[in-house]
Amino acid sequence: MNAVTRYLKSLMLAELVAGMGVTMRYMFKPKYTMRYPMEHIPKSNRFRGLHALRRYANGEERCIACKLCEAVCPALAITIDSAPRESDGQRRTTRYEIDLFKCIYCGFCEESCPVDSIVETSIHEYHFENRGENVVDKQKLLAIGDRFEQQIAADRAQDAPYR
Amino acid sequence: MADQLINQVMWPLIYILCIVLPLVIAVAMFVYWERKVIGWMHVRMGPNKVGPGGVLQAFADVVKLLIKEVILPTKANRFLYFLAPLIGLVPALAAWAVIPFSGKMVLSNANAGILYLLAMTSMGVYGIIIAGWASNSRYALLGAMRSAAQVISYELAMGLCLVCVMVLAGSLNLSEIVNAQAGGKGLFDWFWLPLLPVFVIYFVSGVAETNRLPFDMAEGESEIVAGFHVEYSGSAFALFFLAEYANMILVSFLSAIFFLGGWLSPLQGWISADAPGWISWLGAGGFIWLFIKAFVMSFFFLWFRATFPRYRYDQIMRLGWKVFIPIAIAWVFVAGLLKYYDLVSIGVGA
Repeated sequence: MNAVTRYLKSLMLAELVAGMGVTMRYMFKPKYTMRYPMEHIPKSNRFRGLHALRRYANGEERCIACKLCEAVCPALAITIDSAPRESDGQRRTTRYEIDLFKCIYCGFCEESCPVDSIVETSIHEYHFENRGENVVDKQKLLAIGDRFEQQIAADRAQDAPYR
Repeated sequence: MADQLINQVMWPLIYILCIVLPLVIAVAMFVYWERKVIGWMHVRMGPNKVGPGGVLQAFADVVKLLIKEVILPTKANRFLYFLAPLIGLVPALAAWAVIPFSGKMVLSNANAGILYLLAMTSMGVYGIIIAGWASNSRYALLGAMRSAAQVISYELAMGLCLVCVMVLAGSLNLSEIVNAQAGGKGLFDWFWLPLLPVFVIYFVSGVAETNRLPFDMAEGESEIVAGFHVEYSGSAFALFFLAEYANMILVSFLSAIFFLGGWLSPLQGWISADAPGWISWLGAGGFIWLFIKAFVMSFFFLWFRATFPRYRYDQIMRLGWKVFIPIAIAWVFVAGLLKYYDLVSIGVGA
């Protein structure tokens, strides 16, 4: 008897029709597509994107050349040289470079930084047009930090209660 | 002499152009519609960048295909390699000659229209076989062999379905087949009702004939790359593409003509001809009804494609030989009995 009903069911295409019902239902559902350049997926404030070096409010750069980030970097992407600054003899970096091809965006540099200087911003749409531009130097990192300071600070403030 | 030339050559040529040009444009729009519908069923949007809502996507693809290089594979048979797409395309276009778009709009009102159609639709498989053989590629040859076996199997089921239609209509002429479905009971006068299983078998066989999913063994992307047209590129591939979609639209039109009353209105007989304005127009037949029916049938092609996974080769053969053909043969007898005892009213409307 069971075999007969199964046979009749397959003859009436019952399961195929059920499947077509599913696709017809989905046809009218709202679409998941994100129209990328016009729309963006919401990003976490903890997003780890392009790096930046921050400054204090008075314009002084935060980095004190402790080289903790260089030491912790698992991909050896950070290169730092340091020397006493000529004007006031403070310990500062003379060279701070990140090779973005080596970087794995793990965020350890940001975690290790005692003065919140090196941070990873939420910028993820960037590109290089020439060879060698993948190595970003201190000037560029500071410039990125200056430009996006507001957003960087806001992201850090949002995350502060959990740290 | 000049009059004769105009009557016998010019006008037929103009009529042919009036069918083929809209058909080619319809193919382009159908490709766009297919990608849209499948996109929606996959819960995404489909093409939406070229032109408003993406309507020009198909035309952009045509331009892309035409400016691409046509590559001849090593040791391929040059003559057959370039002949194959034409053999695939010409029957797909030629079959449209006998399609009656309305009571008067038909290019060739041939008496043996169904035979002509069967001949033309089965010619298309030669294009596929020749393409597979001439490409000098294993994948192409495998696809061609699969396609040949499949098309021959389903041609039988399709032919038997048409026998049922012929028995009921008592004619091989497509216009007379449509007229036989006229009557006073609206859409219940059409042949889909007495021939319901045959209608389903015919349409599914049509899907198999055109090598569409879930019967696209000839292409089978996951197994044999693209099957018979794996070595074709550029405009040669475009011809195969055009033939496949023209065949899909053709099968949609044929199902509408054989089983859904062609150009007849689904409200025929329910609305008197002297009703005011557009209401009487609803009851009258016209090519618009045929287009609506064909559109609905062609939607099923896309719906199937979005829903079903591909059949295995032996499953296709089993379905064709052990399910479709026996049922179709049985229904030939049923149709004969229906006709003999006059259980189906056969209209003779205008």
